[in-house]
Amino acid sequence: MKRIYVNEMWCLGCHLCEYYCAYANSGVKDMVKALKDKQIQARITVEQRGAISFAVNCRHCTEPLCVKSCIGGAITSKDGVIVIDQSRCVLCYSCIMACPYGALTPAVEGVMQKCELCTTNSQGQPACIQGCPNKAIVFEER
Amino acid sequence: MHYVMIGNSIASTACIEAIRTIDTEGPITVIGEENHPCYSRPLISYLLQGKTDEARLAYRAAAFYEENSVTVLQGIRATSIDKEKKTVLLDSEAVLAYDKLLLATGSSPFIPPIKGLEEVKNCFTFLALDEAKRLQAHLRKESRVLILGAGLIGLKCAEAIIDKVHSVSVVDLAPRVLMSVLDDAASEQVRKHLQEQGLRFFLGDSIRECTANEALLQSGSVIGFDLLVIAVGVKPNIQLAKEAGLDVNRGILVDEGGRTSNADVFAAGDCTEGPEMISGQKAVLALLPNAYLQGETAGTNMAGGEASFDRAVAMNALSLMGLHLITVGRYEGTSHLIACQEGYKRLFVKDNHLVGCILIGEACKRAGIYTAMIRNRVELDSLDFTLICEEPLLMAFAKNVRQQHLGGPV
Repeated sequence: MKRIYVNEMWCLGCHLCEYYCAYANSGVKDMVKALKDKQIQARITVEQRGAISFAVNCRHCTEPLCVKSCIGGAITSKDGVIVIDQSRCVLCYSCIMACPYGALTPAVEGVMQKCELCTTNSQGQPACIQGCPNKAIVFEER
Repeated sequence: MHYVMIGNSIASTACIEAIRTIDTEGPITVIGEENHPCYSRPLISYLLQGKTDEARLAYRAAAFYEENSVTVLQGIRATSIDKEKKTVLLDSEAVLAYDKLLLATGSSPFIPPIKGLEEVKNCFTFLALDEAKRLQAHLRKESRVLILGAGLIGLKCAEAIIDKVHSVSVVDLAPRVLMSVLDDAASEQVRKHLQEQGLRFFLGDSIRECTANEALLQSGSVIGFDLLVIAVGVKPNIQLAKEAGLDVNRGILVDEGGRTSNADVFAAGDCTEGPEMISGQKAVLALLPNAYLQGETAGTNMAGGEASFDRAVAMNALSLMGLHLITVGRYEGTSHLIACQEGYKRLFVKDNHLVGCILIGEACKRAGIYTAMIRNRVELDSLDFTLICEEPLLMAFAKNVRQQHLGGPV
């Protein structure tokens, strides 16, 4: 299965992946309208300390602890892609407790959000990789 | 191969899912005493609160049983097990033969002996859907509710109903709230928060005697009530296992593979007492993630696969009136209290390992990184401990570990 992989050697720390992610999942057509003066709600986060930086998002684990810990049965695996049915989320934080990568964050709507590899928006392929100017984020089979 | 499961909740659902990854043919029969398909027990408070509905309480889609070729005997109780003949007797007097049996009998509310309790007309527990709905039907704007128990169940019940009734009072013998999962300071933060939202606490106190509408406490206080909810704790349902001659203690004793003392009988979920990773001792860990992981492990082994759940630790995530709490592991060894702008963070370190954490509010962010450090027994001298105390970041791990996390399938 194709997943997103990150190579910290190439990460510039530009945070463009976060912007592209937030835009892709905003449902708004125009990028400026989607992001300007808005609280950016990205499902990918850049960790940055000194000269080191890298992006972190859902690893789509083969043993997804979030799926097994979700009290609402809201998180499921669809052919390996871990997706969340936000209408079933009660924001209990069980998935935050379970995820070894810290990849789930609460959205302003009061439900959890996570990377779904852009399979549930209109992108076709992950927007973060399209936004990465240095190919530090790739979407491939490994 | 006929698989039979007693109990139709999270552990059996996980067991079904695991069996079907190995054995797509063998018939599965689930005996469920409650007249519902598997639902999420922790969601009953959200149902009363109006944050979910009965349709979304279902743990799996409606087609789940059919898709997995599972026969569900709903509203039927197993009354005994004959492990020599490998049969289960049902209350319908039917006899069901099994090749592999899963006991997922769950737990029951513990009702302490209270003088005069039989006088109370509107008395409830808060563990099962039918009971939650019965409580819901009794809620009135003018209701005065008394909850006995300031633990997870009692406080979730309080949160669910506080806006729908006149008042909610909570009595607990313990001197502080959530005694079993929080330390003194964290308990205090939670109590203050809940008190500000209108809950009334009577801690370090207990009900000496009840009349129909009043509780006389040990301290001498008298609390008038219309509805009484008893939420002092749960006890594993071990009766069937015990009568069948399986090894039991507080719970049904199981090993890492979910095996009981009989080779063809497995057990999972709240009814079990299995190995806890940090102490190395057996413990009852009646928590949803553990029920799933135990059920999954048992299912794999029942179907002839090989699985071991050897990383069971206590873990709780709960929200109470907008305040989020996450606790993991055990509170022993050296404690590190980390200053937080908002919330609370205390980490527990023993023998170069993180063994526990208590997190409130902002400190819950990315908490699973701590959980993973505990469950995976990460050597603390292999990472930047100062940084990870400050914030759970993958950055704190060594470069090659980061590469494993982010550069390949996990």
